[in-house]
Amino acid sequence: MRDYEPILLRNVGVPEARTLKGYEARGGYRGIRKALGSSPEQIVEEVKKANLRGRGGAGFPAGLKWSFLPKDRTITYLCVNADESEPPTFSNRLLMENDPHQVLEGAMIAAYATRAQVAYIYMRVEFHEQFHVLQRAVDEAYAAGYLGRRLFGHDFDLQVYIHRGAGAYVCGEETGLIESIEGKRGWPRIKPPFPALEGLFRRPTVVNNVETLANLPHLIERGAAWFTSIGPPHSTGPKLFCISGPVRRPGCYEGPMTITVRDLIERPEFGGGMLPGKRVKMVLPGGVSVGVLTANELDMKMDFADPAKYGLLGLGTAAAVVVDTDTDIRLVLRNLARFYALESCGQCTQCREGTSWMYKIAARIAAGAGRRADLDILEQTARNMGMMPGLSICGLPDGATYPIETLVRKFRSELEELIGQQEPARRDAVLQTVN
Amino acid sequence: MLHTEPERLTQEIRSLGERFGKDRAALIPTLQEIQRRYRGISPLAMQIVADMLDIHPVEVDSVVSFYSFLDAKPKGRYVIRLCRTISCDMQGKERVARQLENDLGITFGQTTADGNFTLEWANCLGMCDQGPALLINEKVYTRVTPEAVHGILEECRQAFGLHALQAEQEHAA
Repeated sequence: MRDYEPILLRNVGVPEARTLKGYEARGGYRGIRKALGSSPEQIVEEVKKANLRGRGGAGFPAGLKWSFLPKDRTITYLCVNADESEPPTFSNRLLMENDPHQVLEGAMIAAYATRAQVAYIYMRVEFHEQFHVLQRAVDEAYAAGYLGRRLFGHDFDLQVYIHRGAGAYVCGEETGLIESIEGKRGWPRIKPPFPALEGLFRRPTVVNNVETLANLPHLIERGAAWFTSIGPPHSTGPKLFCISGPVRRPGCYEGPMTITVRDLIERPEFGGGMLPGKRVKMVLPGGVSVGVLTANELDMKMDFADPAKYGLLGLGTAAAVVVDTDTDIRLVLRNLARFYALESCGQCTQCREGTSWMYKIAARIAAGAGRRADLDILEQTARNMGMMPGLSICGLPDGATYPIETLVRKFRSELEELIGQQEPARRDAVLQTVN
Repeated sequence: MLHTEPERLTQEIRSLGERFGKDRAALIPTLQEIQRRYRGISPLAMQIVADMLDIHPVEVDSVVSFYSFLDAKPKGRYVIRLCRTISCDMQGKERVARQLENDLGITFGQTTADGNFTLEWANCLGMCDQGPALLINEKVYTRVTPEAVHGILEECRQAFGLHALQAEQEHAA
């Protein structure tokens, strides 16, 4: 992998690439120019052929998503999902703060392919610096005539607006995001109708993740055959991987989807190995929502197919966090459960109640007042509220249950041991305070 | 002309309407601007916004109560949000939290009596490779240690209160 030439991150560490001129000098805005020479349908076909799968978490093929748009539509919206809120993911942040024009060019290509005339970039409010960088890029693009009317002399108009979120994890769900742009609570909508038919302002809408869009300029410029030459057939193209936790080089790195979790941790070009004296206990390889791996499961490939073999929800955001052997897994359990209890939007009963009960139980275990039955209750709750797609309005409860269920199942004996070591007197005291 | 407080607020919000538009999609940008200026969105402000956008005030309240960066109750001048998600947690956010509480004399969720600082938790700021991270208004601080907390708070204090006043007076003189 040492000979892997970064594609998406090629402009990281090159400050002048943040300007339109610098970006163009480094080969930018060639993809959109080439795209405009073909018909939108041809672009959709090319992206389908390349099998570009969405990088936001679900891995849905981007070209297929676009092809769901009704043929007779008059207005189409493009929403760029820059609400990156999945812990511990920061690849979109890196793209937006280092290479804003790459994101814009990707948005232009997606807009052209879907015949969208307005694009909203929905950016989480926590990103301040990134907002200013991207806004500058948008202003520059307008000033250069790269946005607005008749882009590059073609019959193609595009307006781009950056819409800032107001702090809600669930707004990363595409219909939650749409509701939020419309000025409402970020409550995901019941599907169908899917956004392709009835999305933003009840018009056909496509929602694509920042990283997905960042792939487009390269895909179009170099072609689908080049794109599919990277990675296995079901997981084509370059991919960003984040790694955090007690490793030597926490950060965001790029590679093909042939690497394993172990590569991500150990290889010098990625995580660079564990910090001195630290050993891997557990890894959450794809953002916290996909579930956990034990130290014996590090050969899992970071692609769209392999995670399911390890009982995980999927590749997710491909952002791994390593938990070391010095960390009390009860605290990890509590931390994970708390996140979802706070971020559940509250619409579906099983998610609203389930996440908060799982948190209460996890907090009790962490406080030293766990009961053996608690582990069963956690597993049951997890199975009842998620892991059966289609029972809830959005995927949040699935994402909430995978980490809890996999952690309890894969680390059950250790949790039982910890619960067994509790002092009864202390347990009773804690129970009185937490219940 | 002498304005009462409600009149002034109405005028100000109406001018936001000129800027962001008066349809429903303008609601969140409008509320964000009110939050920035007033550090909170009062019931009166909600009523004025509702009138302007021709929606029921409860719709405005439902949005304010949903998002964690919009608040009905006014916040301090500096809102400190410490990330408590998994990576920052393992990198020692707890010690930073204790230091912040000690230095400010408040616990999480509270605002100092002088209205200068509010202490809150954040759910993943996306700085997981550089934790523990915290956000103060619009500025991100990374790899925060308990030892760094004093300096960070002092940096905030420099921007207002006695320090700022002295600087202003020196400037005027």
